[in-house]
Amino acid sequence: MCSVVNLRDPLIGVPGRRDPGLYNVRMSAPTTGAPAIRRATLGNGLTVLVRELRTAPLASVWCWYRVGSKDEGPGLTGASHFVEHMNFKGSTNIPRDQMKGLVERFGGTWNGYTWVDQTAYFETASRDALDRMLFIEAERMGHCLYAPEDCEAERTVIISELKGGENDPDQLLEIELTAAAFKAHPYGHPTIGWLSDVQTMSRDDLYDHYRRYYTPNNAALVVVGDVDADDVCRRAEHHFGALAPVAAPPRTRTVEPAPLGERRVTVEREGTTAYVKLGWHAPAVDDPTFVPMLVLDAVLTGAKGLNVWSSFRGTPPQRRSRLYQALVERGLASAVSGALISTEQPFLYTISITVNEGVDAADAERAATVAIDQVPANGLEDHEVERARRQLAARFVFENESVTDIAHQIGLFETVSTVETFMAMPARLAAVTRADVEAVARERLAPARRTVGRFTPLPSSGVSAGAAP
Amino acid sequence: MNRPTHAGLAPLRHVLANGATLIATRSAATPAVSFNVSLRAGVLHEPDDQPGLAHLLSQTIDCGTARRTADQIAEDLDGRGVALAVAMNRHNLTLACTCLAEDAGDLLDLIVDIVRRPVFPRERVDRRRQEIVTALGQDLDNPAIQAVQTLLGMLYGERHAYGRRPKGTIADVLRLGRDQLAAFHGRRVTPAGLTLVMAGDMEPARAIGMAGRLLEDWPGEPGPDVALPPVEAARDRRRRVVPMMNKAQADVAYGFSTIRRSDPVYYAFWIMNTVLGQYGLGGRLGDHIRERKGMAYYVYSSFDPAMIEGPLLVRAGVDAANVDRTIAAIDEEVTALARDGVSDTELADTKRFLSLSMPRLLETNAGIATFLQTAEAFGLGMDYDVRLPSLLESVTRGDVHAAAARLNPARASIAIAGPYSAGTT
Repeated sequence: MCSVVNLRDPLIGVPGRRDPGLYNVRMSAPTTGAPAIRRATLGNGLTVLVRELRTAPLASVWCWYRVGSKDEGPGLTGASHFVEHMNFKGSTNIPRDQMKGLVERFGGTWNGYTWVDQTAYFETASRDALDRMLFIEAERMGHCLYAPEDCEAERTVIISELKGGENDPDQLLEIELTAAAFKAHPYGHPTIGWLSDVQTMSRDDLYDHYRRYYTPNNAALVVVGDVDADDVCRRAEHHFGALAPVAAPPRTRTVEPAPLGERRVTVEREGTTAYVKLGWHAPAVDDPTFVPMLVLDAVLTGAKGLNVWSSFRGTPPQRRSRLYQALVERGLASAVSGALISTEQPFLYTISITVNEGVDAADAERAATVAIDQVPANGLEDHEVERARRQLAARFVFENESVTDIAHQIGLFETVSTVETFMAMPARLAAVTRADVEAVARERLAPARRTVGRFTPLPSSGVSAGAAP
Repeated sequence: MNRPTHAGLAPLRHVLANGATLIATRSAATPAVSFNVSLRAGVLHEPDDQPGLAHLLSQTIDCGTARRTADQIAEDLDGRGVALAVAMNRHNLTLACTCLAEDAGDLLDLIVDIVRRPVFPRERVDRRRQEIVTALGQDLDNPAIQAVQTLLGMLYGERHAYGRRPKGTIADVLRLGRDQLAAFHGRRVTPAGLTLVMAGDMEPARAIGMAGRLLEDWPGEPGPDVALPPVEAARDRRRRVVPMMNKAQADVAYGFSTIRRSDPVYYAFWIMNTVLGQYGLGGRLGDHIRERKGMAYYVYSSFDPAMIEGPLLVRAGVDAANVDRTIAAIDEEVTALARDGVSDTELADTKRFLSLSMPRLLETNAGIATFLQTAEAFGLGMDYDVRLPSLLESVTRGDVHAAAARLNPARASIAIAGPYSAGTT
């Protein structure tokens, strides 16, 4: 049986409101009215979250698992990601050769991803495909096959993915910087895993990982779109209700110790362009300083918002940001960006700099650290904080436009915290003061707490061959 | 002003006396509006001796106007959380952004000002040029970009607007400055070459009225049409390798020049390409190269018909040891498709997929704006969203087979960039 709680959308009941998604820039106080998100819990522990949204004849179904790369030990790094790949390889009731087209016949798209805290799968298609999408996700939760030959074929696909990432110097540096920043916590290893682990983990290793974490009581099913919430709950019970819960797996207890001084890492490879990255341990999403940190990032590099699925793909509004002014406007860098991601435990806040041709990377790094150090030393201007808050409020609207994006945000927050944390973001943002932002800058961005990474391009005889100079 | 007479997006379309085309449609899903401006100032319009000029224009047009400094523009955008994306392609310069509905009037005023009155301050042009030089260096270190640009050069010729590198070379860019930018802007950025699409939580007639008032006093003759050299389809198989031995993986680009967007066989080609390298996880190519052989994380085909015979490209990222096997697999799939065409099931599934994808593609304001911009560029009509399903439905298996039969591996062009030693296939 379902136990049901109705969450209130802060905007329901606002006069003149058509349906602006979950967020509105005015960040109104909670009001009463119709439910916006239906929360249900099946008898086996599966959380079901439904948002009725009738702006298009579509439905987006996401299934989230509380397992990511932080749940992997030595020798099994990359297991969560490998398992994600294997879970597209057919199940007891959906033979592999029949998976193709299941969603496409309804104009749909599908995908999945793995990150430090979570693994997620989704389908977005015509609302008529709702039952089919739920069936696919139930099959994925309970009945994937893990044929040995499929494991071997997928292993080489993942190695290709890993090596494709290594082609990008910026990604290479990101991996090295993250590993240097965490000496104890499993956030330090790459989500795709270390190559030797990907090469050697067995089919049984993968299947064990799948059975340990792909359980209804470790998952959240999110449905957003032109659906009826009661109907979704009934269908969820039908498809998922027979799946048995499993005892919760052990979780990492490790707390990353505070750095004792600045750490540095250098990557030297043939290439054309120098990159600098700076990283600090960041607050987890539930930490009261998370939203002030989000504002601080907007002041430093422009507001990205909170949706890693959609908002981090383009350049943010940033030309008035402190680091754009200090680096790009002074000709030291061609690009600068910041990344603060919503995570369950303290992860990293990173700043990435593409050094301009002919500029010494040390000069770019120095200009960045001087600009950053000025925040704790001299504080911020009121108008900077206000601009950052306006940017973030607008980004919260832009990044919740499609059913896919809204479902992503609900599921992400339910996985790393709770969906209530997501709903509270506009109010938390509205409440942030300049003093809060300055305090988090003093607490988090001290020079002794940072990790610095540099990619130094070495000359190559092969890089420019065949290419126009 | 034309009134909408059909269901679907039902946009309003209005052409000003100076030739500027304005299109607006309402979508109230979020309290936001997307703008998409297209201008006929792309690579093909560059003077022969100034390659890279259109790209430099895209990077400098928002550096200040006769009415606003660069800092004021930045403040106007940043303060509203708006990122203005300025881009260019072979045919057009585009400016696109999404803003809150309450900011739409101010943003429209700002965008029109940027389009009409850029001043290209010398110091800022110099800075952006330096950023382009850095970006060109990054491109040279990127196997995917090297493979695709090399292939396009092979298909269209290194000097053709479709074949040359859109950013130019470092030497090209260093020769360009504010004087060339101002002259190019004056010639090519004109009201007759402008299409402005507005989609979102804004009453269409009001949107068009506002835009009209901002644009109607802009004089200017349309820039002259530029004739592109005819495309000669490859007569034999060609292969070029860009050695990048510092890289971990190779990128393969394999392709053909195909058809114009206006060609009646367009819809058959679209379906054929979807079967080949799109449907599911990379179509037949994905089934073969990723799913069965495990050779690539990504493999797909893309199809980009335009004013002239645009390219169909197959892309794959593979271990260097698998390059030759991957190319052989692509050959095998292209050969089978050309020989046998598609099955009845594939045809029906693909038509259904493409038609039913429409609500998803038109769910966001930016998606709607892009769709309408494309419809206007190719003269497809403001009811194109309504007509598209029947256009797809009319395609027969024979049509798709005829389209596929035009792809011949013996005439494929292939570029490989990465840690790969030259060989033959």
